[in-house]
Amino acid sequence: MPEIDEVIVKKIARLANLSLDDQEIARFSGQLEKILDYFHKLNQLDASGVPETAHALPLENVWRQEEVRPGLARDEALAGAPDVHKNSFRVPRIIE
Amino acid sequence: MAPEFEIVIGLEVHVELATASKIFCSCPTRFGGAPNAQVCPVCLGLPGTLPVLNHQVLMLAVRAGLAINCTIAERTKFDRKNYFYPDLPKAYQISQFDLPLATRGQVIIDTPAGEKKIGITRLHLEEDAGKLVHLSQDGQIGTAGSSLVDYNRTGVPLIEIVSEPDLRSPEEAYAYLVALKEILRYSQVSDCNMEEGSLRCDANISIRRLGQEALGTRAEVKNMNSFKHVREALAYEARRQIKLVGGGGAVIQETRLWDAEHGTTHPMRSKEEADDYRYFPEPDLPLVRITADVVAEVTKELPELPRERRRRFTRTYGLSDYDAGVLTQSWELADYFESAVESAEGAAPKIISNWITVELLGKLNADYFEITQSPVSALQVGRLAAQIENGTISGKMGKDVFTEMYNSGKAPEIIIKEKGLAQISDPEALGRLVETVLEQHPGPVQEYQKGKTQAIGFLVGQVMKSSKGQANPQLVNQLLKERLG
Repeated sequence: MPEIDEVIVKKIARLANLSLDDQEIARFSGQLEKILDYFHKLNQLDASGVPETAHALPLENVWRQEEVRPGLARDEALAGAPDVHKNSFRVPRIIE
Repeated sequence: MAPEFEIVIGLEVHVELATASKIFCSCPTRFGGAPNAQVCPVCLGLPGTLPVLNHQVLMLAVRAGLAINCTIAERTKFDRKNYFYPDLPKAYQISQFDLPLATRGQVIIDTPAGEKKIGITRLHLEEDAGKLVHLSQDGQIGTAGSSLVDYNRTGVPLIEIVSEPDLRSPEEAYAYLVALKEILRYSQVSDCNMEEGSLRCDANISIRRLGQEALGTRAEVKNMNSFKHVREALAYEARRQIKLVGGGGAVIQETRLWDAEHGTTHPMRSKEEADDYRYFPEPDLPLVRITADVVAEVTKELPELPRERRRRFTRTYGLSDYDAGVLTQSWELADYFESAVESAEGAAPKIISNWITVELLGKLNADYFEITQSPVSALQVGRLAAQIENGTISGKMGKDVFTEMYNSGKAPEIIIKEKGLAQISDPEALGRLVETVLEQHPGPVQEYQKGKTQAIGFLVGQVMKSSKGQANPQLVNQLLKERLG
């Protein structure tokens, strides 16, 4: 019984802001099912003696001192904008 | 409110930390700059960039956590909160999920029934989002149906403080916000300026029948731009829910926006679909460990907080609760009062308090000035009180001198000298004036000596007149009595 069905793929697609056609939904269902299997395999490992971690690197307390430095010139900042208006990034209206 | 219902409120408060640079990059946090002039590849979320935590942000957040009596986490980490919205260039916000910086605190508020402790669930760090301006469609060519994004605010450090659902009325919510803002201002972690968005508040509100233990379905209320709006929005929302449930309906869990113009809330309709944030640990930021030594150090630096300072003002200076409350509204005003007392050479703190709360604040309020903009310094207020205390001028003259100080910014001694206002308190000089008056008015003198003691009032008046009002009236009285026997 597969865990990943069409409903789940559609939900993940919506959360990822992707529009998928029916073919893609079917294809990704299978692929996601496989990825999930890898994790099921990992879950079989006995990790009871392994301390919990929140990060892959054994690093702690990496920070910078408070200091202001200039960023990008505005033209540079806006260079990648799909549309510019009044020195701002312009996007399709988001409030109905 | 229908008496069979109880209101349950919890607040989420976002506060911008008072740092000069952003949380994960070195861009300035200054408010009000031209759009998109305070951005860099990190806060714009350009590919290939890495965030690095600002150490000062961490220190201020620890201080804020301690100020609201939280336990500081030994180990804390950042997480990604994922959603698509144009004010969030990376499509995720760096926030904290399961290991917040601080937990389990409390804030004490005053209610008509006395002190009440409001629990704090957690305090965590996150980055602010950008600012959106929605353009109207009314005829602006090329702008119909678009929104403009300014990313200057993106990456400004925020703390989010989540309260327990301990608040039982819109008034308690208001009192909590006032108390929290005072504490954060005193701790100097933020200026808490609501107009500039450095303090923002969202509310969760539900109702339940009295005696019922389970919480009712809550609505989240947003878009409240002042504490007054929070109180009004919650009062409206409580009425709405009670009417709904009282009429057999049910509250839907949803986000509602406060409409200040109409005094109502309505469901939020936007294209923001964020029902699943898919939090996961931020791989670009390593863990943060906060040692007991660091906590001890920050605790030591924590200033006296508003409630303690209020208590000390009533005890040490003998002020009323009311006066102590007024003087401790802000640490700047409380400092001002204490500097004035120090320079007052023994004038009673109660008198200094009156000069500040009545005269000075009256004028400042009329001019829309803060205490930090006062044209009169604390030292000058103290010096003025000292001049009255040592008898150089009368209290009545003091008010004129104060007005002149406020208008000109001059020191009280200078004004007294320039205007020749100093009282004559020299017994020899006054003695000569008294003798002259006694010689000129034998009638009243005889009346007084016959037992008509109120005649002395006339004589005092004559001496005052001949001194052009500068004689010390108490001394004149005393000298007259001595000579009249």
